[in-house]
Parts: sequence; C-alpha cells; structure tokens
Amino acid sequence: MPARFPVDLDAVRGRHPQHFQRFDRSRQIAAGAAIAAFALLVFAMGELGFFDGKLIAGLGRLAEIAGLMLPPDPKDWAHVRLFSVALLETVAISLLGTLAAAVLGLPLAFLAARNITAQRVIRFLSRRSLDTIRSVDILVWALIWVNVVGLGPFAGALAIMTGDIGTFGKLFSEAIEAADRKPVEGIVSTGGGKLLGVRFGIIPEVFPVLVSQVLYLFESNTRSASIIGIVGAGGIGLYLAEAIRTLELQQTSFIIAMILVTVAVIDYVSSQLRFAVIGRRGGLV
Amino acid sequence: MTSPIALLPEPQLRPLLDAYEAEIRSRRWHTLLVVACIVVAVVLSSLSAEVSLGKLIDNIHRFPSYIIRLFQLENGQPVWTDVGEWFWGLPRWLRLLGETLLMAYVGTLLGALGAVGLCFFAAANVAPNRWLRIVVRRLCELCRTVPELVFALMFVIAFGLGPLAGVLAVAIHTVGALGKLFAEVVENIDMKPVEGITAAGSSWPVAMRFGALPQTLSNFVSYGLLRFEINVRATAVMGFVGAGGIGQDLIEAIRKFYYSDVSAILVLIVITVSVIDTLTSYVRHRLIGLQEKH
Repeated sequence: MPARFPVDLDAVRGRHPQHFQRFDRSRQIAAGAAIAAFALLVFAMGELGFFDGKLIAGLGRLAEIAGLMLPPDPKDWAHVRLFSVALLETVAISLLGTLAAAVLGLPLAFLAARNITAQRVIRFLSRRSLDTIRSVDILVWALIWVNVVGLGPFAGALAIMTGDIGTFGKLFSEAIEAADRKPVEGIVSTGGGKLLGVRFGIIPEVFPVLVSQVLYLFESNTRSASIIGIVGAGGIGLYLAEAIRTLELQQTSFIIAMILVTVAVIDYVSSQLRFAVIGRRGGLV
Repeated sequence: MTSPIALLPEPQLRPLLDAYEAEIRSRRWHTLLVVACIVVAVVLSSLSAEVSLGKLIDNIHRFPSYIIRLFQLENGQPVWTDVGEWFWGLPRWLRLLGETLLMAYVGTLLGALGAVGLCFFAAANVAPNRWLRIVVRRLCELCRTVPELVFALMFVIAFGLGPLAGVLAVAIHTVGALGKLFAEVVENIDMKPVEGITAAGSSWPVAMRFGALPQTLSNFVSYGLLRFEINVRATAVMGFVGAGGIGQDLIEAIRKFYYSDVSAILVLIVITVSVIDTLTSYVRHRLIGLQEKH
C-alpha cells in the first residue's frame, strides 16, 4: 500500500477555493449561455410554428415527395436540350457578372484600402457603400435590374455584377492592405510616382490572390445564377421553379442533378486554374 | 566617366541576354493566350446571356432614376421630409424583421447542431469507418450545393407557406456548409488527448466528447457566428418564395411599385445586417482572444 502524505486538505482548500469547485465561474457562465441559447431556441421554434403539428405532417409529405423525385427523368430529349441551353446561359451570366464585378471592384478596393487612400473620408464612404451593396441580396438586385433592362439573362448578369462589386471591393481591399510596402517604397525612392508604385509595386504582388478570389466567386456565383431565374432574370432557375411548382418532381431532380454536375465541373476547373496561377507566380518569385 | 558596374564581355553576355529575351517573349505569349481565352469566353457568354450594350445604354438612365424614385414619397417629396409617412408600416415590418432574425437563429443553431453531430464522422483523422466518412462528406456536399431557395420551394409544398419551410431550408444548407468547415477543424486537432482517452479504454463517443470536442468548441462557435451572419441575409429573401420573413413584403412592394416601401424595407434590412455583422465580429474577436490566452 502506498504511503500517504499528511496533507492538510482544508488549508489547501482555503488557499485555492476555485480548484475545488465542481462548477467554477467560467463553467457557470458557459452553462448559463447554453441554457439561454436553448431557451431562445425553444421560444423561437414555438413562435415559428414548429409545434403546431405541421412539422410531423410535413415530414410525411416530404418523404413522399422525395420518393416521387426518384429516379431523375427529364421526360424527353427536347427538355434535355432546353435545360442544357438554360444551364449554359446560367454559366454565361455567372462568368460575365463575375468578370465585370472584378473590373469595377478593383478601383473601389484601392479607394477603400488603408495603405493607398490617405483621406479618411473617402475611405469611410467607399467602405460604407461597399457594405451597403453587400447587404442587399443578389435577388433584390435582380428585381431592380429587371425593372431597368427588362426580363432576361442580361438583367441577371447585371445583378450578379452589382452584388459582387461589394464582395470584391471588400476582399480586394483586404488583399491590398496585406501587401508588402517595400516594393512601393523602392519604386518611389527611384523616382516613380504613386501610380507607378501601385502598378509595379502592388499589382504584381496581389494579382494571384485576386485571381484566386475571382475564380472562387465564379464558382459560388454559378450557384446564385441558378436561382435568379426565379424572379425572371434568366438561366435555369425559371425551369427549376416551374418544375417544382407544377410538381414535375422527376424533372426537378434531373435539373438539380445537372446543376450539381455543372458546379462540380466548375469547381474542379477553377481549382486547377487557381493552382496553376499561384504555382506559376510562386515559381517565378 | 566609366561605368562602376563591371559588364561581362560580349560573347559571354549574348547567350544570357538571348535567354532572358526568350523567357520574356514566352511569358508575353502566355499572357496573350490567357487574355484571348478570356475574350472568347466573354464574347460567347455575351451571346448566350443576350447582352446588348445598346439596350443597356438606352436604359441605363432608368437605374439612377429608379434608385432616386425609391427615395420619393407618393407626392413626389423626398422621403426624409416625412419620416412617419415613409416608415408607415414600421410595426408590421419590425415584427417581420424579428421573425427573420428568429428564423436565421433557429436555422443556424439546428444546422450547427447537425453539423457537430456529423463532423466527427467526416473528419479523416477520427472517423470510425471509411465508407461512412465518404457518405457523410457527399451528403454535406449535396446539402450545400443545392441553393437554399430550391430547398425552400420544395419545403413550401411539403410544409405549407410560412416560416417553417424557410427555417428548415436554411438549417439543411447550414448542415452542409458547417459540416465541411467543422470536419476541417477536427482534422486539425492535436490527436494526443484522443489517443490518451482511447488508451485508457473508453469508447469512441467518449473519446470524441472529452478528447476532440474541447479543442474544437471555440472554433465551432466562431464559424457558427459567421454562418449566422450569412443566414440573416439568406432568410431576408426566403419570403420571395413564400417561406416566411420580411422577403414577402419586400417582393410585394417591388412587384407592385410601392417605391418608398421598398426603400424603407431595404434600409431596415441594411441596418439590421450591419448591426448583426458588428455584434458577431465583436464576439468572434473576443473568442479568438480567449483562445490565444489559453
């Protein structure tokens, strides 16, 4: 039997009471926060009608719908052709919107970047307007542009562009702020102006980051572009919403499968391109 | 004056210069090729997306005039001359905005709980079974690639019009998005606590609870808050397809040309989103600070 040391437990407890509590202060705070979050959850679920019996009835119907969606079936080849054209239109909307937003977002990003724009007022205004653009959803922009240029994919491309200017402005300005100052100082010290400093000091450094962000957003915009058809701004979304609303469930699952494949292909291609761009720059620098 | 830089003799210099120029030339060709590809892609997509610059130029004046019109009351006065008239529906809109926030909250929390349950099966370092891991990963991919509005459209058929469909759509999307992020967090943990607990003879769930979860919890909360921010934006448009929240009133106002209502609702949404952004980023920075102290 191991020897026991004579420990005065009460004295130790008196010196370090916090280590003898099963629930210390931070644990109490965490438990309180968890209970509050749970109470809010239950309250909100009651408020939103989770306990009205709609949930149980709906789950049964949902299982039925899911059963009817299988197997995916486009009905005939004419529909396949129709959907393929619409899907190409979706990709086109996404590509145009993303490129246009990147071109328009870059100057705004320079205005919003701390190391380029010294005037605080301009910086503040450009940041606030970028934030405002970003907090309005692409679907709302699509509705606005439909009022301006009419129904069709052109409105969709403009909507993607408008919504993305905010995102690109924020992402690009963060990339620019993270850029190293030394190349710019070098260029300025050899007599180059501010513009030359930006062109040869900052652009080469942030270019790969910008390209990879553009590619990433292109992929996520393809997802957005596949739903803006719901408000009449072109692409596959119109057919998708129509198929769901008329309960053509096998067509619905076929369209969803087409979107999934397209997004997966774009994901693959863009990640290959991203590695190519970053790798090439990494090799040179 | 002589040059202070020692130049190589011509026969040695020539091949180096040639190589340099060849390198530059090949890079220029490369750039030109990329630009040509982009131009071709843009032209093709412009044809497909029915881009017509003529139409844009003819109609572009409508964009600023539409925006200006949004900020005018029915009698043609700017909205800020009569704020009471501008925000005439404030009680109703605030109630809908509250509903939107509750939807985002429930959707995020349910989705995050689902993602916490799934992520341990999807992480390469702790997953109990390889096939199960692949199935869970594919499931998460499916949940996050299908847009929320598509889920909402289908749930509206199953559950009827109302916020329930929107909440479930957001929750499913959140499971997909957070499941992936959480699994990546779990893949980056220190494996020693898990190994120690397993070595002491406990089962896999216990090892996850006491070995993996404590290391990941603060990251989970941080990602969950980030997702909440995104979900507030997403639930604001759920009403477009009848799935609850303020979107219902917004699309009605846009479709029926109640201009000042559109701007009032948009202003409310923008303010709410920016308040939520500020709050969550404050909490997240506090969390990150706590993590670094430990």
